[in-house]
Amino acid sequence: MSVFNQSRSRVIRIIFLVAFIFIIAQLFYLQIIDGRHRQLAAMDNAVFAKVDYPERGIIFDRKGKAILNNTIIYDLVVTPSEIKGIDTLEFCKLIGIDIEEFKQKVLDARYKNGPVRPSVFKGLLTQDIQARFEENSWKYPGFNLVERPLRTYPFNAAAHILGYIREADARDIERSGNFYRQGDYIGKTGLESYYEDVLMGQRGVQYMIKDNKNRLVGHYENGDFDTASIAGRGLKTFIDVELQQLAEKLMTNKVGGLVAIDPKTGGILAMVSGPNYDPNDLTGPDGSKNYSKLVLDVSGPMLNRAIGGRYEPGSTFKPLGALVALDEGVITPSYGFPCGGRYTLCGHGKPACTHSGGGHAANVRLSIANSCNSYYAHVYRLAVDNPKYKNVKAGFLKWAEYMHAFGLGVRLGVDLPSESRGNIPDTADYNRENNNHWTSCTNLTLGIGQDKMLTTPLQMANAMCVIANKGYYYTPHFVDKIDGETEDDSTLMNQFRVRHNVLTHISDTAFSAVIEGMNDVVKFGTARVAQIPGIDVCAKTGTAENYTILDGRRIKLPNNSMFVCFAPKENPKIAIAVFVQNAGYGATWAGPISRLMIEKYLNDTLMKKSEADLERISKANLIPAYFKRLQYKEDSIRAFKWFKTTKDSVYIKKYLRAFNVPAKSIPANIPLPKSNKVETAAILPVEKYFRKPITQVLS
Amino acid sequence: MREQNPAISKGVDWSLIWIYLLLVAVGLTAIFAATYQEGDSIIQSFIGFKTDYSKQLYFFIIGAVLAFFILLTDSKFFSATANLWYTVGIFMLLLVFPFHSRIKGTESIIRMGAFNFQPAEFCKIFVSLALAKYLSRPETEFSKIRSQMIATAIALFPAALTILQSETGLALVYFSFFIVMYREGLPSVILLIGFAVAALIIATIVMEPNTLAIILTVIAAFIVYIFRRQIKRNRTILIRIVFFWIICVGIQRFAVPYIFENILQKHQIERIYDLFGKSNPYIEKDPALTKAEAKKQKESGSSYNVRQSKIAIGSGRVLGKGILKATQTRYDFVPEQRTDFIFCTVGEGFGFVGSIILLGLYLLLLFRIVTVAERQRSTFSRCYAYGVAGVLFFHIAINIGMTVGLAPVIGIPLPFISYGGTSLLTFTIMLFILIRLDADRQMVLR
Repeated sequence: MSVFNQSRSRVIRIIFLVAFIFIIAQLFYLQIIDGRHRQLAAMDNAVFAKVDYPERGIIFDRKGKAILNNTIIYDLVVTPSEIKGIDTLEFCKLIGIDIEEFKQKVLDARYKNGPVRPSVFKGLLTQDIQARFEENSWKYPGFNLVERPLRTYPFNAAAHILGYIREADARDIERSGNFYRQGDYIGKTGLESYYEDVLMGQRGVQYMIKDNKNRLVGHYENGDFDTASIAGRGLKTFIDVELQQLAEKLMTNKVGGLVAIDPKTGGILAMVSGPNYDPNDLTGPDGSKNYSKLVLDVSGPMLNRAIGGRYEPGSTFKPLGALVALDEGVITPSYGFPCGGRYTLCGHGKPACTHSGGGHAANVRLSIANSCNSYYAHVYRLAVDNPKYKNVKAGFLKWAEYMHAFGLGVRLGVDLPSESRGNIPDTADYNRENNNHWTSCTNLTLGIGQDKMLTTPLQMANAMCVIANKGYYYTPHFVDKIDGETEDDSTLMNQFRVRHNVLTHISDTAFSAVIEGMNDVVKFGTARVAQIPGIDVCAKTGTAENYTILDGRRIKLPNNSMFVCFAPKENPKIAIAVFVQNAGYGATWAGPISRLMIEKYLNDTLMKKSEADLERISKANLIPAYFKRLQYKEDSIRAFKWFKTTKDSVYIKKYLRAFNVPAKSIPANIPLPKSNKVETAAILPVEKYFRKPITQVLS
Repeated sequence: MREQNPAISKGVDWSLIWIYLLLVAVGLTAIFAATYQEGDSIIQSFIGFKTDYSKQLYFFIIGAVLAFFILLTDSKFFSATANLWYTVGIFMLLLVFPFHSRIKGTESIIRMGAFNFQPAEFCKIFVSLALAKYLSRPETEFSKIRSQMIATAIALFPAALTILQSETGLALVYFSFFIVMYREGLPSVILLIGFAVAALIIATIVMEPNTLAIILTVIAAFIVYIFRRQIKRNRTILIRIVFFWIICVGIQRFAVPYIFENILQKHQIERIYDLFGKSNPYIEKDPALTKAEAKKQKESGSSYNVRQSKIAIGSGRVLGKGILKATQTRYDFVPEQRTDFIFCTVGEGFGFVGSIILLGLYLLLLFRIVTVAERQRSTFSRCYAYGVAGVLFFHIAINIGMTVGLAPVIGIPLPFISYGGTSLLTFTIMLFILIRLDADRQMVLR
């Protein structure tokens, strides 16, 4: 009977076959037609590109000492699922947190990375905590130490030169075309920023296989696609770290800038900006706390005044004025000017001069030695009114060209970011202000380094190099060599290896007259303080009177103390410019500072007398008193803004008499409200910190 | 083929045994590929009984011993004890209710020491035997409705018990016994009606209820129009058409929603709708959930399995990634890749070519069983063979279908390949009973 149904076996086979054909068709679609898609999806699931960060390059001084190095600090990481049976109380005591914080942090970790992946529990452990944890780590399963490389400054010096690294912000990331990613470190200022490409090295990528819980379980394809990271290359600089340390000690609690250059190479030996800070403060566990403190300090410790501070050069400019006039042929080295205590040829009897009569300006050499204001006001007028040029404007343009040749009013191109160009005024400025009618009398104080002339300490030091070299200079720079210099590096470095023969056409006699004059300044002029037995120092002092407006009142501030010099006279090896704000006479502060620098650099020791000077200068606190008032104002404004945006009165109480809160109970750093953009102050020099409204040159 | 061989091994169908061994080997390889831990010594861990592939190897050895004993057994034993086994099977299924232990949402497993024991799996053998026994009775006349009802009851009673243990997937397997009944003369109309109902249910899920109702009405009107002359002569045709229309609309409007709301569980409904790429209308949506959150919730649900499984299989492409380089399966992106989703390991590791070879092996096995069935002289052997073919086919089609996204996710294993002692032993016993019966194929009566 059932045999009758035998044909149905065929139907059953067809049913089987049809089902299999459906499956095969679907497999064909999944694996062949759409396979590429799914292959990518599988890769995405399982392969994680782990970036391998190279060690940053090391920066060495001229003698090969590492002044910026790498060290290892530890992060404490937690894997929440592995915490089992630990004595929480003891652990908290060890780490220095309370139990609430512990619970919160474990919760956060769980939320952020899930229970089976490690997350940072406490970043950047202090050595103390790290050591304590290491001893007891067996008691705390789930907690591990993870290495984190950190920049370190073994000499605690050269903060402004070396700069610092921080996590790249949105702007850095955008500017780099997304090369940097969130969490990457990038050089923000100083050499760290300028040589970022060299120092950062080359990142490597490891393709890691991850499982369904995002744990990394091994290398993809046995690491065939991995690329190794290449460590950042080192920089050998011209910096003499002992000289740098001495300079920083001398500039302790001063506002101003100091630059020392080797004229033969343009290599910068030392550079200090006051007030200074310890670069190690910005790394390590307290880094961000110290950072915000420095940023909010009204005295601007994060600003590099050596390249960004703009000062009237005053008398220190005079040697340059003499050289311009000599080269233009409007005077000869023997040219004398009958100065009777003030300059009368423009009708208003200004500027005044400290000396009167006695032939104190009988020739170029004497005029420099005695720093005659009348002489240099006149010499300036002679230069711009030179009959060679059809009018004063043309003459002035020629004069400005000389200034630019000396490196004033232009960016020199030092290998640091945010260099200021100072200011050499343009004819347009005077045209606008004087309705197009002006004479050499309008701006005759340019001859004595005033009017609209502003220079940076770096520019003045470089100008000294030009005089010392008799007409040429190399762009001031820090880096001598890059380890394993590539072609790209060479194009970068070549700009520092070109000799700029800007003023070599000035005659030897002209240079000699000026150099001898500067030597006389030290021998029997205003810079006798810079005398060093056995070394012929050439120098020029400067003192600028200045005022500021505080709370609506014009107050007189102590004078700016300035000093430029180079030594020895024959075959100069070091050129220095020192500017100390609100300190006093040039010869009182800036002079001895320079002398100590020369002594240290050329003799490698200090004289007995100099040791005493070192003590005296380094202990002197010359930070202007009005900064305190400014700080108070800034802080109270910030506290007010904080109160306005957050309604949190904790900071503002300090400034309201009604509360009478003891100052100690107020947190020191008032955070800035997010909307307020003042925090950029650390990166962009804020003009107001250099506001120096009214100045008169004394000598 | 009428050779007469007294020796046990001579009547044995070696091709089935070879296919069986090949499939078990593929299974062991796949489990090994899915669970091997880098650095383990391969031989040691195969012997050690700690890893899954080692356990599977031991299950295979136990299966081989059992198979040997089955081949030694008198073939009459199976037909003689078929009803007894069936009773034992039902008894075990009933035992589950008081003694089950809850594992992974099922209530169908009895724990005995270190071993889990799932009677619903073993029951397939017993039902095959009992159904074959019933159909081969001389007094059974399968053309009668009554016999058909009894046969259906024999097949579906364990299914009902299995559904009560929340194992809908395993229960569905028992529907594969309709293949046996079809072969033995169940009217083709019933098969057609079955397909029609299935199509109607799928249409209900995919389409708007009202649209479908209108379409059904239009079809009915069209048929009435075609048969208008016949209807004039004979009113009963019209009544029949209207009757079918009412049933269809009834299924669509009331029966399906009733099943979804009252019989199926939430996750099952979810899986069915996932299969058709539709969002489940029977779940109350939380209005507070945003679109992204809802999507995320959905992705973490059952569709995650299928998505990852499709990625795994698709990423194997033509030749596959190689045995231990299959990232999807090795690193646990596909859940259950040792058991229900084992086909992913094959698809990812060996690609399209490997998958086709495996499917070919299965098809060969099924066709061979059909051939073997047709050469039987006894009805019992033939019915049993078709029972085995049906169960295997259902398992293979649904399991692979679900990994490639053609069938809803039903937790049933892939025969001979999925990890799991019960499943491997069940299929081994089933197949070797068939081989034993086939060895005595010239016997007419049992």
